[in-house]
Amino acid sequence: MGMKFFGASVKRKEDPALLLGKGRFVDDLAMPGMLHAAFVRSQHAHAMIKSVDAAEARKLPGVVAVLTQADLPEPMRDRTLPLYVPHPAIKQIHMPAPLAKDEVRFVGEPIAIVVASSRYIAEDAANMVVVDYEPLPASVDARDAILPGAALAHKGAPSNIATQTPIKIGDTDAAFAKAAHVFREQFHLHRGGPFFIECRGLIASWNAATEQLDVIASSQGSHRFKRTFVDLLDLDDNQVRVVTNDVGGGFGPKGSFYVEYAAVAAASMATRLPVKWIEDRAENFVSTQQERDQHWDVEIAVDENAKLLGLRGKLVHDAGAYMTWGLVLPWIAATSVIGPYVLPAFQLELIVAFTNKITCTPVRGAGRPQGCFVMERMMDRVARELRIDRAEVRRRNFIKPEQMPYKVGLIFRDGRPVTYDSGDYPKAQALAIEQSGYEGFSARKAAALARGKYIGVGLSNAVEGTGLGPYEGATVRISTSGKVVVFTGATPQGQGHKTTLAQVAADHLGVDFADVSVVTADTGTIPFGMGTFASRTAVNAGSSVHLAAIEVAEKAKKIASELLEASPDDLEIKDGGVEVRGVPGMRKTFRELAYNAVGLYGFSMKGDRDPGLEATSYFKPEQSTYANSTHVAEVEVDIETGEVKVTSVLVNHDCGRVINPLIVHGQVVGGVAHGVGNAIFERLMFSAEGQPVTTTFADYLLPGATDMPRVTVTHTETPSPLNPIGVKGAGEGGTIAVIAAIASAIEDALSPFGARIAEMPVSPERVLELIAAGKARAPV
Amino acid sequence: MSESSSEIRDIELTVNVAKRRGKAEPRLLLVDFLRHELGLTGTHVGCEHGVCGACTVMFNGHSARACLLFAAQANGADIVTVEGLANPDGSLNVLQEAFREHHGLQCGFCTPGMLITLTEHLRDNPDTTEEEMRVALSGNLCRCTGYEAIVEAGLDAARQLRDAGKERA
Repeated sequence: MGMKFFGASVKRKEDPALLLGKGRFVDDLAMPGMLHAAFVRSQHAHAMIKSVDAAEARKLPGVVAVLTQADLPEPMRDRTLPLYVPHPAIKQIHMPAPLAKDEVRFVGEPIAIVVASSRYIAEDAANMVVVDYEPLPASVDARDAILPGAALAHKGAPSNIATQTPIKIGDTDAAFAKAAHVFREQFHLHRGGPFFIECRGLIASWNAATEQLDVIASSQGSHRFKRTFVDLLDLDDNQVRVVTNDVGGGFGPKGSFYVEYAAVAAASMATRLPVKWIEDRAENFVSTQQERDQHWDVEIAVDENAKLLGLRGKLVHDAGAYMTWGLVLPWIAATSVIGPYVLPAFQLELIVAFTNKITCTPVRGAGRPQGCFVMERMMDRVARELRIDRAEVRRRNFIKPEQMPYKVGLIFRDGRPVTYDSGDYPKAQALAIEQSGYEGFSARKAAALARGKYIGVGLSNAVEGTGLGPYEGATVRISTSGKVVVFTGATPQGQGHKTTLAQVAADHLGVDFADVSVVTADTGTIPFGMGTFASRTAVNAGSSVHLAAIEVAEKAKKIASELLEASPDDLEIKDGGVEVRGVPGMRKTFRELAYNAVGLYGFSMKGDRDPGLEATSYFKPEQSTYANSTHVAEVEVDIETGEVKVTSVLVNHDCGRVINPLIVHGQVVGGVAHGVGNAIFERLMFSAEGQPVTTTFADYLLPGATDMPRVTVTHTETPSPLNPIGVKGAGEGGTIAVIAAIASAIEDALSPFGARIAEMPVSPERVLELIAAGKARAPV
Repeated sequence: MSESSSEIRDIELTVNVAKRRGKAEPRLLLVDFLRHELGLTGTHVGCEHGVCGACTVMFNGHSARACLLFAAQANGADIVTVEGLANPDGSLNVLQEAFREHHGLQCGFCTPGMLITLTEHLRDNPDTTEEEMRVALSGNLCRCTGYEAIVEAGLDAARQLRDAGKERA
């Protein structure tokens, strides 16, 4: 088939409803008799619960139930959430229970759930529940947590160390022994969060008569939620259905199943009524999972020509209180250090520590921004020390396109060796430099400085493992209406899957894009699904739609050939039907074919066909496909206030073939905004006792419209050889490398003060400290 | 906290040109009243502390945060929500269509607030610039788009509205 929709900037199917105020977000829905939940949450980072007294709360008019851990149904009561991603290097694991039993391990951990006739009353009652705590010392900073004698995040645990394991390529000792130069840096990547504008939420409806649990959730993976409910309640597959409608942003943490969801289901089972819980922003700051929070101490070895010989050091990753995603984050971070460069030797001691803070799980980039930041900062260090242009240092170290597929020598988080499938990294950087103001910037910088302005430019490169397995399925069906429906477990949160997947299907079936509906994230429509995370949907679900649509087209031709008594080779798919090529009258519509495919009551099925004009495919990628990007950022720093203004960002992005340029552009620009937040604004802070101190959008700043520069996005299209449509993931590439590029630009702007940027975000206070320190070293 | 009937107020107001009535206890937020009492769920709740702007509605001709107002304060008020923006035939208006054209929304959750803010801004500043528009939008958070496409949509709508005004004149 010719590609009419694949590759076109088709306007999104999702938009009209959302623009008219007719979205269906969880809190927009109501069920008859529905109750509203609020949680009693831990006020302490670490404490024993001596008692929970809900007597007064239960008396409040409008309160229907208060459930503590002891009130949870069997078998959920004594279970913890499942570990999504086991790993042999995990030596100690802690998982959260649906409601805390006798110990709480972070401020915000749920202790009891209150259900009432309104959320207002539920919150009143939650405030009336008296919890008697015995506070315990808290483990707060991961660097302290791994020391002998540290306060334990989990009482009675042997230590706070979840994992201590080496990650290795080649012989670092030999590499460092022959190095012309060795440089050491310590980095701290601070904690940030997803901060989707729609907080988490769900409605759980337990039907006692049919013994079925129906859940509508704001999620990134309906099927994962279903499996978790099945696990916690020992239900059969037919007893749980999870549906995800519109989702107001996810960015990773809506992919996790949270203990609140189990408690809401328990509350529905206890009251036999639907129960809705919508997280409010105050809860969001103390209970939705977060990320980054890593301490790196690394050395880089280079030869006299700035060629990389080795990199070694230590990564201390703060897991927070629990580890629902196993080692995914530190592992991705560690393997993302290499980026687009030839690194002959690498040794990293990976230490994962439990602390009494919110659990860390993937947030846009998922460890990749940290790994990228470390390598790119080291590249800049080499450039500065050896007085070589930053782009040139990178140029000397790139993996060349002729080296593809390139085996890095590590095992990725997907269990497969990190093997870059395709990409042209030198070209990506060359294009970015050519299209940005990188060349010739020094003249602009000098001119600005003469006017008292401090401007800087920075660049960075990243390679990003995308399209992770194991699969995402799609059923493509031509229904008896003659229209096409696609069912998939992919669970979008704004990425426009209903549009892009319809584009893929429409081309193969010769129908208009408008005649394809895409049903996402309803466990009642497709048995297996993984959900949307790790920039994986275009690769997995896109390929499955492609394969299934081809199969449906073949099936349609087969049936038509029987009905028209023509060879399938003489048939073509055209305008919602199948016709004999060159004979417009000789035609069967999809509607006729779909009717025929269903069969006639009481008659034998013709041929050896399975019923229905439909096909299901589960595309199973053999490994991740690696996207890449180069970012060039410019900043202006106000040396009086310390304010950093990002004045321009250019991204050269390669995510293979692009299904919808409009959507990919939006993903990249939006990703850049997240990275700008990480680079200069977003930092979640905790007191020494583990109390969160950034708990509103006045304390924790998200980038606003006036903080964002215009972003220029250019594309290099290196098709992936690993899937039939040649695509790579696009959801995170905007974020990953821009953080390092901005850090590089700030360092450049502050070069008169000899400042070095070794953390993110870089706050105005930090900028002023760096300037003051620079002035003290060498008075300007 | 009590539901005693003496505290329940009758609220009468105009929403999207229609007279509406509902009941509200004194502490009921306007946004909850609109969403759950009147069933107008297009207006969203994002932060409940007046920062994110997802709950922005037009209140007596000016944009306002419905999470920072009580329903009781809206008694007698004239309110426009996102549900009131479409053309009379129900189709997308110029601004809404521009959002679609420029991919000014991804998840769509902040969009109702963005639309209301820009509706006011374009009404009061028909010759707006990108910089003015960004300042106008600085009270509305979007986590998906990076704002660029929203600004482009707003500028495009401004252009179209100016052109339409010239034609009429």
